[in-house]
Amino acid sequence: MLWYLFKRILQLIPVFLGATLLVYFLVFMLPGDPLAALCGEKGCTPGVAAALTEKYHLDDPFLVQYVNYLGGLFTGDLGVNFSGREIGSILENAFPVTARLAIEALVFEGIFGVIFGLYAGLKRGKLFDSTVLVISLIVIAIPIFVLAFMLQFFVGVRLGLAKPTVSGTAGWGELILPAVVLGLVSFAYVLRLTRTSVAENANADYVRTATAKGLTRGRVIRVHILRNSMIPVATFLGADLGALMGGAVVTEGIFNVPGIGSQLYKALTLGDAPTVVSIVSIMVLIFCVANLLVDLLYAWLDPRIRYA
Amino acid sequence: MHKYENTDTTPSPNEGITEPTRERLQPEAAEHAVAGNQKDLPGSALAVEHYIADIDETPVAATDSTVADEAPLSLWRDAWRQLRTKPTFIISVILIVLAVAIAFFPQLFWSEDPSSAECLLQNSNGKASSGHIMGFTAQGCDVFSRVIAGTRASLTVGLFATLGVVVIGGIIGAIAGYFGGWVDAVLARLGDIFFALPLILGALVIMQLPAFRENRGVWTLVAILVLLGWPQVARIMRGAVVEVRNADYVTSARSLGVSSFNVLLRHIIPNAMAPVIVIATISLGTFIVAESTLSYLGIGLPPDVMSWGNDISDGKDAFRSNPMPVFWPGLALSLTVLSFIMLGDALRDALDPKSRKK
Amino acid sequence: MTEQTSHPLLDIKNLGITFSTSTGDVEAVKESSFSVMPGETVAIVGESGSGKSTSALAAIGLLPSNGRISGGQIFFDGKDITHIDESEKVKLRGNQIGMVPQDPMSNLNPVWKIGFQVKETLKANGLPSSDKDVSRVLEQAGLPDADRRARQYPHEFSGGMRQRALIAIGLSCQPRLLIADEPTSALDVTVQRTILDHLEGMTQDLGTAVLLITHDLGLAAERARKVVVMYKGRVVEAGPALDLLRNPQHPYTKKLVDSAPSLASRRIQVARETGQETDELLAERPKTEIQASLQHDFVQIENLSKVFKLRGAWGKSEQFTAVDDVSFTIPRGTTTAVVGESGSGKSTIARMLLGLESITRGRISFDGRDIAGLKGREMFTFRRRVQPIFQDPYGSLDPMYNIFRTIEEPMRVHKVGSKAEREKKVKSLLDQVQLPQSMMARYPNELSGGQRQRVAIARALALNPDLVVCDEAVSALDVLVQAQILNLLAELQSELGLTYLFITHDLAVVRQIADRVCVMEKGKMVETGSTDAVFEDPQTEYTQKLLAAIPGAGLMIPPEAA
Repeated sequence: MLWYLFKRILQLIPVFLGATLLVYFLVFMLPGDPLAALCGEKGCTPGVAAALTEKYHLDDPFLVQYVNYLGGLFTGDLGVNFSGREIGSILENAFPVTARLAIEALVFEGIFGVIFGLYAGLKRGKLFDSTVLVISLIVIAIPIFVLAFMLQFFVGVRLGLAKPTVSGTAGWGELILPAVVLGLVSFAYVLRLTRTSVAENANADYVRTATAKGLTRGRVIRVHILRNSMIPVATFLGADLGALMGGAVVTEGIFNVPGIGSQLYKALTLGDAPTVVSIVSIMVLIFCVANLLVDLLYAWLDPRIRYA
Repeated sequence: MHKYENTDTTPSPNEGITEPTRERLQPEAAEHAVAGNQKDLPGSALAVEHYIADIDETPVAATDSTVADEAPLSLWRDAWRQLRTKPTFIISVILIVLAVAIAFFPQLFWSEDPSSAECLLQNSNGKASSGHIMGFTAQGCDVFSRVIAGTRASLTVGLFATLGVVVIGGIIGAIAGYFGGWVDAVLARLGDIFFALPLILGALVIMQLPAFRENRGVWTLVAILVLLGWPQVARIMRGAVVEVRNADYVTSARSLGVSSFNVLLRHIIPNAMAPVIVIATISLGTFIVAESTLSYLGIGLPPDVMSWGNDISDGKDAFRSNPMPVFWPGLALSLTVLSFIMLGDALRDALDPKSRKK
Repeated sequence: MTEQTSHPLLDIKNLGITFSTSTGDVEAVKESSFSVMPGETVAIVGESGSGKSTSALAAIGLLPSNGRISGGQIFFDGKDITHIDESEKVKLRGNQIGMVPQDPMSNLNPVWKIGFQVKETLKANGLPSSDKDVSRVLEQAGLPDADRRARQYPHEFSGGMRQRALIAIGLSCQPRLLIADEPTSALDVTVQRTILDHLEGMTQDLGTAVLLITHDLGLAAERARKVVVMYKGRVVEAGPALDLLRNPQHPYTKKLVDSAPSLASRRIQVARETGQETDELLAERPKTEIQASLQHDFVQIENLSKVFKLRGAWGKSEQFTAVDDVSFTIPRGTTTAVVGESGSGKSTIARMLLGLESITRGRISFDGRDIAGLKGREMFTFRRRVQPIFQDPYGSLDPMYNIFRTIEEPMRVHKVGSKAEREKKVKSLLDQVQLPQSMMARYPNELSGGQRQRVAIARALALNPDLVVCDEAVSALDVLVQAQILNLLAELQSELGLTYLFITHDLAVVRQIADRVCVMEKGKMVETGSTDAVFEDPQTEYTQKLLAAIPGAGLMIPPEAA
């Protein structure tokens, strides 16, 4: 088990370094004046330009720059953006909002995806199964911003079931609609994955043996089919966090949620490169850590992995 | 062969018995002679009757003589036979053919070219009317002809991005899976690095670069999507190659003296292609979604290229008063993506090796 | 006990089972009837697809979801259970009817500890289920150190141990009937025997009736008092085991009795002991001429060793000796069998001889040349002279190649003949392996297992090789098909003067085909000699154990003695 954990962490380090290096390299090393990239289309004042040169050690060799940048990332010193605001303070307020949104979305897609997927998988080929499958395809096919507009319009404006936009505090209740929008596509994927996995496991030999032991159908489903089907779903949910973060940019923009995604979107439209790079690096870090957690969960769900 | 007479209740060899006869018998006389290694089981005091089915009713076929008399079935022909009756396959193929036709010959579908036609402000947010069945945008442009014109950009991005990831991801995945060892480890980590950078986020960062920001266009977008999208295909290709790599027919080919490269090319890759084709079809849909999402965010295709994403982005401000300029391109987009995903799904079922093995 | 025997425990009457498939309904079992008395062991014998498992599984309502009982009745203890509802079936399973499934690898849930899987069985059937009860149940099934074992996961168990755990589960609630579905066919022969002995002992102590499902007629006759033979979904013959064996009436049973390797092997044994001529019992083989010209140095294997490096936890690497100092020779024109259980290193030897695996120590010389020294052109020529045939008839042919391309490939690779000549050769090869020429355009998935193996043989012969390495070439086939393929191999040998290296786990097959045999155990060669010598007078305990494990000992009492 320890060996497994050690191996996973060992594999994670180059991935994280590589991804951040890639981001850093793309922003600072490609042809063009890095200051121009940092300052965006509007350009920055000479004072800020000097501060940026200082902050990013633009006079130093590339690797030194990169190490400094990483050091800053881990000590929470994210530097200033092009208008001289501390990036750290911008994120401080936005982060909990996005965390709430992502948790709600994950819970929504996880619970409903598994329930519907389980039922469809057990009733494979029946009407419920085929209906759910077609609906899930349609959900996957509709881009998230179209979904967001549609739900905002129908649920928020027409039916008045939820506020079409979120207030500055962005509480749990207000975030339900944006979270559903954010999680809807992944919900469809979780559903399909659970269904396939359940349908496969339901025909497994050990399930037949469990039935032959005299267990009730309910127990066979819970203890043997569902439990084993969760293994691929857990892996998917970890990888899905990346998609959720991308989707958050769109969803938060449409529902006016004051989270990381809308900060990123704002920075993007203003051409605020330092903020964009910082936010993306943090998201990559979160993504890597989340996948490590999923690996642990995976090992807990599947004992064969621990000894691999 | 020596005839061994057991009991008098044994039916004579050629006497057909259709119904099982159940008779209680005396303890078997010959029991001791044959019980060499038989344990004395409870109930062994009872004899068992010897039943023989009617030989005419249960003819014995020559061993292993079955030859199928239908036309020979290759994997592809077999898949085709399964697919052609499947409604999801038929619907998606019709829609894709339609979309491709629109992309190639938009002039057959619109009444006026939206890039040359004037948008009249008096038509701003106008309702549908004859000749303008989808109404007008806020700028007074005809929605229908814009939807038609947007097809080409979306399909081009989707098609070429898919082609790119299949070629690059396919080659990397095949090499990683076939050679294994440190080559595999290095390529796997490389893929993980790109994997850790989610598609939309990665594209956001790259589009920030002046080099890209200033050269926005279809090919820039394709390049970015390929750069960020190849690891998924590589993973699937690698998995499929690893599965096939140790098959006996591969070992057979190697022991014939076929070179490594030829084994990979002639035996392994053709057999590993099915899952890659499935993922490529589905990717085509997701790349179209990615293009429209990036265009919507204002960093995808430049505003002068007509695309569904750009149109939706343009229409979003007036959405509450006039949702139609968002709805129609949204519908076109969703239908196109749906048909590719549905096609991929149908292909997955048809190419599944598990369903092929009899 | 005698009172209870007045009516059968399980009585199946005119049972019909139908599967609905994409191509329509398929009747897998038709009008089949048989019964099991309390405490009695009944075996159902048949090849794959004969309906033997399906009929038995129907009794505890475990048909696959697309299968249904379409006719007849099933009585358990006098009660009609044909169409009872699920809750009644749950009551029946476990404590009335237990099951021991076929494949120990896939029948334990990999994510739960063994103890948990035993415990839930006891609990579900209302029996005491403390950790002590769990250990007791496992111990009774012959698992030593049960307390510790109960806390382990299935993947930490060997195949034999898993099967014991499954037997423990199947018998834990002391059912009155145990359905044992090929309980040992996935295990090594020696393990197979101990487990069957143990199962027999346990069921006898508990007075449990056993419905044993098997493909091996010898095994069935040895273990059961009554044997039911099924063929294409019908019971073709049923009766006392020995009666059936010695006096088969139905043509199918006759064929089965003639072909079953375990029985054939025993028959040869018996015949030899009684001084009978046995040639007709053996697969046809070229005897006199070729053996006279034995060339003992055709393939020489000297002190051959293979060490694999395994990477373990924390980066430690361990060495694993798969083949340890093995020496033997293969004379030209003969069949040499290498026999051993899984992990004995027999397949590694084959792979080294095929030049697919490097040699750690020792040498293999082929026709006087050390194969380790072969480079480029010479290696290419060597490969032309040595061809393999593998076990899995589904994996040995490229599914994307049609039969013509498959057989033509070796000639194309080695640039033999023109296109027309190659086509002619493919046709004659198909004739040789007794397949119709019309098969050339077909794809492997359209062929049966035996037909695929014939194609694999044709491909191996395409370059007129000298040595054919058969790695478990007939192990995955049904008995009748197996016998056919063995005969084909023997015919081809006498026709073409081929030399075979036959890798197998099945001693019964060795007896039918091999001239010489090498017995391997854990990488080492424990015995070698002519087949007759090894079978008649095994020198080592291991070989004796292997020989004893062939089912059907004592069944083939010579006719005179009966």
